[in-house]
Amino acid sequence: MKNIVQASEAVAIAVKLCSPGVIPIYPITPQTVIVERIADFVNDGELNAELIHTESEHSSISAALGAQAAGVRTFTATASQGLALMHEVLFIVSGMRMPVVMAVANRALSAPINIWNDHQDSVSERDSGWIQLYVESAQEALDTVIQGFRIGENKDVLLPAMVCLDGFTLSHVYEPVEIPSKKEVERFLPRFRPAYTLDPKKPVTMGAIGFPDTYMEFRSEVQKAMLRSSAIIKKTNSDFRKSFKRGYGNGLIEGYRISDADYAIMAMGTVCGTARVVVDELRKNGIKAGLIKVKAFRPFPSAEILAAAKGLKGIAVIDRNISLGYEGALCSELRSLFYSRKGPVIKGYIAGLGGRDITPAHLKKAIKNIGKKGTEWLF
Amino acid sequence: MEEKICEIDSEEYFAPGHRACAGCGAAIAVRHALKAAGKEVIVVNATGCLEVFSTPYPETAWRVPWIHGAFENAAAIASGIDRALKHMGKRDKINVLVFGGDGGTFDIGFQALSGATERGDNFCYVCYDNNAYMNTGIQRSGATPKFAATTTSPAGKKVHGKTEYKKPMPLIMAAHGAYVATANIAFPMDFISKVKKGLEFRGPAYIQVYASCPRGWRIDSSMTVEIAKMAFEARVTPLYEIEKGIVAISRKPQKHVPVSEYLKAQGRFKHLNEAEIKELQENIDKEWDRLLKLEETKIMI
Repeated sequence: MKNIVQASEAVAIAVKLCSPGVIPIYPITPQTVIVERIADFVNDGELNAELIHTESEHSSISAALGAQAAGVRTFTATASQGLALMHEVLFIVSGMRMPVVMAVANRALSAPINIWNDHQDSVSERDSGWIQLYVESAQEALDTVIQGFRIGENKDVLLPAMVCLDGFTLSHVYEPVEIPSKKEVERFLPRFRPAYTLDPKKPVTMGAIGFPDTYMEFRSEVQKAMLRSSAIIKKTNSDFRKSFKRGYGNGLIEGYRISDADYAIMAMGTVCGTARVVVDELRKNGIKAGLIKVKAFRPFPSAEILAAAKGLKGIAVIDRNISLGYEGALCSELRSLFYSRKGPVIKGYIAGLGGRDITPAHLKKAIKNIGKKGTEWLF
Repeated sequence: MEEKICEIDSEEYFAPGHRACAGCGAAIAVRHALKAAGKEVIVVNATGCLEVFSTPYPETAWRVPWIHGAFENAAAIASGIDRALKHMGKRDKINVLVFGGDGGTFDIGFQALSGATERGDNFCYVCYDNNAYMNTGIQRSGATPKFAATTTSPAGKKVHGKTEYKKPMPLIMAAHGAYVATANIAFPMDFISKVKKGLEFRGPAYIQVYASCPRGWRIDSSMTVEIAKMAFEARVTPLYEIEKGIVAISRKPQKHVPVSEYLKAQGRFKHLNEAEIKELQENIDKEWDRLLKLEETKIMI
């Protein structure tokens, strides 16, 4: 049965279904509804978890680290400045291989202060060692939180995961959502059984200092795990499809009318919904357009994108972020992927910053101008 | 009631062979605190000397479970562990003991400590107070005493060391409702009793232990305990507890040692002139009187 719920609530419901034991929370717009609904569940006795009302996001992610190290599944959520404040600890959580799951209600970074959507917050944490999965709908948000725990807790991965949903544009939107039963989720997501915990019966030292003779090995282990996670994400998506009769492309990317396309829009998050409509319209006018939705920004789905882009003449990359002084981050990744390979023309666009709408007209223009040089701003 | 020495756990939970400097006060404090805690404990450590000298991977000096995250978040990590234990139904069996230096406690970690204490999370936070950022090379902290020379508050021609008094952390923590105690490595039995009490307290406990640093204080490494004892006798660092906001002085110095003796024994104060020494003495007397009055009147902090 489908329920009409807000995407933030869908995330909270997913959290309830996954039964984390500790949930540190701190409010920040537009993430707030997620933690409010979780607080409702806990205080109504529907979710047996410890809420930690921290005094900052820095402490939220730090408390999550402590709880996870003690051996309990842990969830938290944030956005924008809150994620930026967590920056330091994000690297520690991944470096210590703690599979925390965190929802990020994507929002612009100050200054000027702005509470509306773009991807600058999570894209700026690209190198933090967190798996980043960008979702397009409330259903995908719910499903991806459940998958996030299973991916991160896989013993070949042991990495934290961010589920990134566009602030307001998705977080505050009501959509019909299929809510799985607790039993179904328990069948899909096994109980969290960490290999190492802070246990007086088996004392371990966690977070030791790594000198130049060991530090690189630790970093390389995280990189290997991140690369291994690609296959786990794909498998989790296909297992999810088997269990719940829905999935999202191959888990890393999702193509829409891409197999015979000449030109493609590439993007992350809710703008993909707009892009689907634009693709259909362009095709009616004889332009063979398609969409490559990048769900996993990290690990970067190189092989999958190369396969999807076969035969394309051009790709218009829509970045809801800007690496100031260069170009959009997704565009850079794509250029790097095609370097010294024969491939499509790549054109970068900066769009939808700080909650600016990305309209069908913008996306049509993006396809039209695909041959022009330089990064273009779609104001 | 102080512990008797024969009752102290003979087990060593902090292994010898770590890389602390000779005469490190922090290492003494940790060894004793762990004896107070016993083996059913999880230790959280803020970034600092202690974390560096005790865990050079793949070595570790910790025979109990130990975690280090960052500089300013030890109390928040402790919150997470406390609640995870509670969730798993193990809270009554396992203690959570936190170590942070004065930089990690008075300054950068203060917000996290205040938040965790306000929430009433159950942990015992031991601040080993060596009066400066020693790990980075003796820089001024909120715990550095007035006029002390550090590498960022040097005894210059114009400015004579640190220009401010020390932050009154124990009183601030007492105002949060925590069990608070001050301790000193020169009085291990008193310290061990207080750590035990802090761990038994259902809620946040804050223990500030005076831990000499030969490198930072410019003293001989054989002077570690001696100088800490002098600090007590000169009333630089009184020993007291604050329970439910009420101050109780643990012990009073038998003889009155002028602060000048304590100052003259350390290189970090060698630049002080008579007027500055006089000012410090007056402040110590004032603070001691304040403490006596707090105890006498039982005014709740």
